[in-house]
Amino acid sequence: MTAGALVISPYTVTPLWLMAALQVSVLILVAAGATAVVLARNPTRQVIMVSIYGVLLALLFMVFQAPDVTLSELTVGAVALPLLLLLALAKVRRNEE
Amino acid sequence: MTSPQRRWIFLVAAAGMLAFYLWGLIGLPGFGHYPGPYGDIINAVAVGQTHATGVVSAVNFEYRGFDTLGEEFILFTAATGVATVLRHLREERDTAAEDESSDRQVPVTSDAVRMVTLAFIGPTLVVGWYLATHAQTSPSGGFQGGVVLATAFVLVYLAGQFIVFKRLSPVDLTDAVDAIGAGSFAVIGLAALGTGAAYLANFLPLGSSPGAVNSAGTIALISFCVGIEVAAAFVLIAGELLEQTLIIREGDR
Repeated sequence: MTAGALVISPYTVTPLWLMAALQVSVLILVAAGATAVVLARNPTRQVIMVSIYGVLLALLFMVFQAPDVTLSELTVGAVALPLLLLLALAKVRRNEE
Repeated sequence: MTSPQRRWIFLVAAAGMLAFYLWGLIGLPGFGHYPGPYGDIINAVAVGQTHATGVVSAVNFEYRGFDTLGEEFILFTAATGVATVLRHLREERDTAAEDESSDRQVPVTSDAVRMVTLAFIGPTLVVGWYLATHAQTSPSGGFQGGVVLATAFVLVYLAGQFIVFKRLSPVDLTDAVDAIGAGSFAVIGLAALGTGAAYLANFLPLGSSPGAVNSAGTIALISFCVGIEVAAAFVLIAGELLEQTLIIREGDR
């Protein structure tokens, strides 16, 4: 398909150049998010960053037209994983006190 | 080993890694060009064969149903493991965690947090239920729906209501629901054997119109069972871990 080609569909079609621009920007955001997760030194902050990174990944899957994976990533990457990590951190903290 | 030597070893290894990585990238199919026949065939036949317009669910719960069964039992095993490790042993006495600095000022859950979390519980339940019951029609499914349903329970805890959270999800109940959800998936597969079809074959009526909620036979049913199982597993894990972590103070309600 060439840039700007339109698919006949009852839905409004996003022009391909716009999709490409979206995809590139989200890819850059994901790279920045991953770097931020690695660079975070404080564990609590790192968990929050992991959660934000999960949202960014979900966004990535969305603009690459994989809504099922988006939902999985949102629930597991942005909610379940940070929750378990926070609980583990709270447990470790209490033992240290 | 000196520092320069280490750096050289790293640089050589990194260069080798980079070379292999680039070599691998060159062999990849072009962006958006799917080379295999399988996906295209599924796209062409899935809706007609299964009456599920959520084709990903059709693949997850029917064409590749056996794989999903294995995946589901990973989570089931994890939840069972947590429940086993953290269970009460015989002769183990349950003492509440002691607050070793009781004079400390404990921040109370603010009204704003309470308001927001309580307001979100209802919508979260609805979204979770919708996701778990609409796998056959649109992008959703039991796994996602189950986690969202479990989130509603965690919101109860976040609203400062740990007691209510535990009362809503006693370990015995979540344990049982977890097992029933996981077991139903396997049993639906066995029921297909009973009709003379293959394991996990879709033996229920597919419904008249593809994309209707009551269509797609076992796909809808299995997705729902998975939703129940995943919700129970996550509530169980979160509840057990919270119990290990929390200091329940006087007046915490």
